[in-house]
Amino acid sequence: VSVAAAVPDAAGGLARRRAKQRWWLVEAGSAVLGLVLLIWSLIPIYNMFLIALDPDEGEIEFTGHIYPPEPSLDAFWVVLSQGDRYLADFWQQFGNSLYIGVATMLLTVLIGSLASFAVRRMRLGGGSLVTAAALLTYAIPAGFLIIPFYRIMHDYGLSDSLWAVIAAQVTFATPVAILILRHYANLIPLELDDAARVDGASNLQLYLRIYLPLIAPALAVIAVWALVLAWNDYLYQAVLLTSPSKTTVSMMQGDLFEDPDAAWNAMMAAVTIYALVPLAVLFALRRYLAAALTMATAKG
Amino acid sequence: MNGTQQVLAGRPAAANWPRRPAWRVGLRRREAAWAIAFLVPYAGVFLAFAAYPIVYALWMGSKLSLYAALLDDPLYLTTAANTLLFAGLGVNLMMFLALLLSGFFMRRRWWIKALLVVYVVPWALAEVQSFTSIHWILISEMGLVNRLLEELFGIEGPMWFGNRWLSLGCNIASYIWKWMPFWTLIFMAGRMSIPQELNDAAAIDGATGPRCFVHITVPLLANLYLVCTLLATLWAIGDFNTAYFVSSGAPVKSTEVLATLGYRYTLEGIKPDLGVAAMMSVIPLLVPIVIMLLRQLQTREVQL
Repeated sequence: VSVAAAVPDAAGGLARRRAKQRWWLVEAGSAVLGLVLLIWSLIPIYNMFLIALDPDEGEIEFTGHIYPPEPSLDAFWVVLSQGDRYLADFWQQFGNSLYIGVATMLLTVLIGSLASFAVRRMRLGGGSLVTAAALLTYAIPAGFLIIPFYRIMHDYGLSDSLWAVIAAQVTFATPVAILILRHYANLIPLELDDAARVDGASNLQLYLRIYLPLIAPALAVIAVWALVLAWNDYLYQAVLLTSPSKTTVSMMQGDLFEDPDAAWNAMMAAVTIYALVPLAVLFALRRYLAAALTMATAKG
Repeated sequence: MNGTQQVLAGRPAAANWPRRPAWRVGLRRREAAWAIAFLVPYAGVFLAFAAYPIVYALWMGSKLSLYAALLDDPLYLTTAANTLLFAGLGVNLMMFLALLLSGFFMRRRWWIKALLVVYVVPWALAEVQSFTSIHWILISEMGLVNRLLEELFGIEGPMWFGNRWLSLGCNIASYIWKWMPFWTLIFMAGRMSIPQELNDAAAIDGATGPRCFVHITVPLLANLYLVCTLLATLWAIGDFNTAYFVSSGAPVKSTEVLATLGYRYTLEGIKPDLGVAAMMSVIPLLVPIVIMLLRQLQTREVQL
């Protein structure tokens, strides 16, 4: 082998070795980052299970165990049978939370899709006015509007009504719904509507038979968004609802937060049950959510 | 092409508008009536539950003497500083990390896909419950974090809620834990809409990861990033749950934010008027953010 031929060969080998080194470095970096993210995401969730699996109240959180020494499902049974003073009405509270969550979800999807249909598909114009209204809703954050809201609900005759909370949640969920739908509504060719119109379809039929099915993935995104928003809420429920029969899981959790003698194992068991609802909805809608991502990128 | 046509051609929706003969104007008017009927539910919700409370809030906070009283209240100044720090530092840190992580989660590896599922779970969990759990993880030397630090590394962890700055840091970290996954997903959607050819072309020119990020991803996502950051800032300024459930103001009310302070003043009946004024005092900060958002959304389509 001549020297002239060997030199580029060696250089190529060096480059290849460098590329391989870089590849290893990137892979190792990814693995470390992945591990950090895994721990970061799971620690608070692990803590919920750790305390929920405690056979007696106060065993784990005050003794500093980092794993359940004798894991037991007793706490879950306490929740199911409502066997604790805080949990005496758990299923009713759960029902109230569910009622608020589902109503918020459905109304947000309905109102958001109707508004976006009018603005984007019926060429009403004034789209910028609707966007402006949507953003104005966030001009004063929800957390700051609670006191006027409390007074206004009284005027509307909605004091101590689940519908007051639903109204608040829908108000704060729809603007984002409209911003998202604004984008998706443009992805469906308007010619489809025109073709249907030529065939004599009415506006209502266009909305029900063409718009809603085609935009279903985006509606799934909005449904999850609205449910999570309602599920997160504490402030509006705590202020607007007063009577015991209207109590929600979040409110009960808030009362308990102040009480060091509460049965924390049963509480954390209740928390895991409560947390299952949005996760179940996410799981049920996963195909639509994936489709929404593909749809968003289709525009290119 | 005259001016009107040019304007029309610039709007994708209007460009598709079929030319209608004069006799169809009546039909168009009927269509407009339908469109308005479709808009009525949203308009009703907006007027009854957004516009009216906002006007009411402005009216409640319109007594100027309240603000003089606020400035005399040492708790207010601490709280306002906390809110600005929480929203300013917390949101920017969160958005920047979310942008970087969205690139990480775009990598095509089976384990990264699986990790994404776990990573999104905090967003889907209810805030009150998760923050209560975080509160318990951090609260004493028996909390999970300090126990883990001691078992694994032999370090004695600090009293997380014993120091104002640590406590604020815990609040910010909790907020990031909860909301970063959501923004990461949004940025992933944004990244997916970048044509692959751009990255391929850059790769042929010898650009590697960091340079692709700076010269392709950043310019193309800049608009989306700005809109999301502004929106997240608005939400973080009004955030209640984090300060209430994670640090709950500890130590000695030094980590309250405006939402929790207003709540305590008003609803625990201490100084009701002052509570409303405390919340309304950030409006000069909120209005420019809303105007910037409006302009950004009006001038360009944002990919969400």
